[in-house]
Amino acid sequence: MITTEAPVQAKPIRTSRGAAVLTDTLVVTRRNLRRIRRTPRMMAVSSIHPVLFLLLFRYVFGGAIHTRRFSYVDYLVPGLLVAITLFGSTTSVAMATDLGSGMIDRFRSLPMARSAVLAGRCLADVTRSLFVVMILLVVGTLTGFRFHNGVLAAVVAIALVLAFSFSFSWLFALVGLIVKDPQTAQLAAFLPVFPFMFASTVFVPLTSMPGWLQAFARFQPVSSAVNAVRSLAEGGHHTALFVVLSVGWMIFFLAVFGSLSITRYRKS
Amino acid sequence: MVEAHGLSKAFGPTQALAGVDLEAEAGQVLALLGPNGAGKTTLVRILTTLLKPDGGWARVCGLDVVCDAPAIRPFIGLSGQFAAIDKLLTGRENLEMIGQLSRLGRREARRRGDEALQQFGLSEAADRLAKSYSGGMRRRLDLAAALIARPQIIILDEPTTGLDPRSRMDLWFAIEHLVAGGTTVLLTTQYLEEADRLAHRVMVLDEGKVVAVGSPGELKARLGGDVVELHVTRDDEFDMALAAIASLLDGRPDSDRDRLRLRLPAPGGQATLKMVFNLLDRAGVAIDDIGIRRPSLDDVFLALTGHATATSPAKPHPAGRRRGAREGRTP
Repeated sequence: MITTEAPVQAKPIRTSRGAAVLTDTLVVTRRNLRRIRRTPRMMAVSSIHPVLFLLLFRYVFGGAIHTRRFSYVDYLVPGLLVAITLFGSTTSVAMATDLGSGMIDRFRSLPMARSAVLAGRCLADVTRSLFVVMILLVVGTLTGFRFHNGVLAAVVAIALVLAFSFSFSWLFALVGLIVKDPQTAQLAAFLPVFPFMFASTVFVPLTSMPGWLQAFARFQPVSSAVNAVRSLAEGGHHTALFVVLSVGWMIFFLAVFGSLSITRYRKS
Repeated sequence: MVEAHGLSKAFGPTQALAGVDLEAEAGQVLALLGPNGAGKTTLVRILTTLLKPDGGWARVCGLDVVCDAPAIRPFIGLSGQFAAIDKLLTGRENLEMIGQLSRLGRREARRRGDEALQQFGLSEAADRLAKSYSGGMRRRLDLAAALIARPQIIILDEPTTGLDPRSRMDLWFAIEHLVAGGTTVLLTTQYLEEADRLAHRVMVLDEGKVVAVGSPGELKARLGGDVVELHVTRDDEFDMALAAIASLLDGRPDSDRDRLRLRLPAPGGQATLKMVFNLLDRAGVAIDDIGIRRPSLDDVFLALTGHATATSPAKPHPAGRRRGAREGRTP
């Protein structure tokens, strides 16, 4: 039969606030990684998406797109590395699912750091991004993509992709918290994706766009990251400038969507 | 331990709570009893710092739920209306996670997790994913999670809703053991029998207001004594039966036309029973069943709110039927 012990005053382990946030974040991250690992079908499906994009653009549209300094596959793969992290609907869906299942209520009733649930979500999704990035690099290499700027720059490029993924996932977490329903979250998460992904330098050079659109497409966050990653991977002018611009956007995203998400989470 | 005064909360045009006072003493069980939409969950969410009240105040362990929210959380364990466990984690992993997030440290979280799994009869299922658990097992795991930090107050929102009778009994035992150990328990329920069995004090909530507070005994005493309950055989004789015993009904007759059931106060006990029997016999009304019933909390609820308790999703406890609990009647 069930027996329970007499309650004793909980003895919280005294730690500094910073350490507590970190521990909580890691605990939540591990939980989310376990969930990802235990839904292999979702991982499989989410890795098909980018591969499909790569093959379609490489072989269907690629011939019609003129990139001056690069072969198209060398132009496309760095762009796609950034763009695929925008398929972040899983972040929104997971957030909405946790809200609906009472998991968030439980977390909020615990003496844990408020930001850890969101940070843990975003960190776990970066790991997922890393997985998809690897797949894309393998398929890219098979279809002719090469890094032409040395190993170090390549590593920095991938690190930049992951940092971009982390900063953007706060936006997706916010979407999940706002719409609350997993099915709606699935759809809503694509709303911010399309304009940023297509009106960018992911697939085509700026010069093919009308002037007014070029202004947006040149400096928007996705293009900034793509330009930086492409420059790092393939070599080019203004690499440092692109990297600084792109890191600036990431900090902006983290600050704005990070604080909005946390505020929203507190109230949810 | 837990006290509140004048709590109110509105969601748009819906007034979920309209001035609720509440007091739960240390080591006791306070049951919040009410139908769906009575405001029970809103009240629980305010007391567990998940929701801010529009008006009034509440204190837990002397700390204000709004101003001192972070300080309160270590003192409370919440087991919400839906088992808030991660179905893609094993039972062990769930408890370890909640333990760690309750600031127990990894080793301690693991140790207490194993302990709790044993206490709640989940040892064998410890390394299975929670999605393979039955409803009762999920509920027990959820309760174990709420208890892992050994909180002084445990708040259970409809802990047994949707459970089969066996799991319900197990959970009741668990709660009784907790209380025996000195934990303060605040639970919400739609089931009168549950409040009757577990609670020292019952607070009846309806439409965001407290309609009665007292021990189960006190509440039952309000109805004053026994009732005669009878069951008419034929549909078309129901009104005849009502007319025949009209002289014995003071005020509103407690009748259930759908079930052809009638109740009336029986101050004279056996004598009243005999009188009712004779009156019906003389009027030529056929009856299936007649007898004296002790009032149940159902009767109290009906008397207080003018409508029966919420529809039970399943017929939860056979015992409730025996005691004349009404199921599934809507006003």
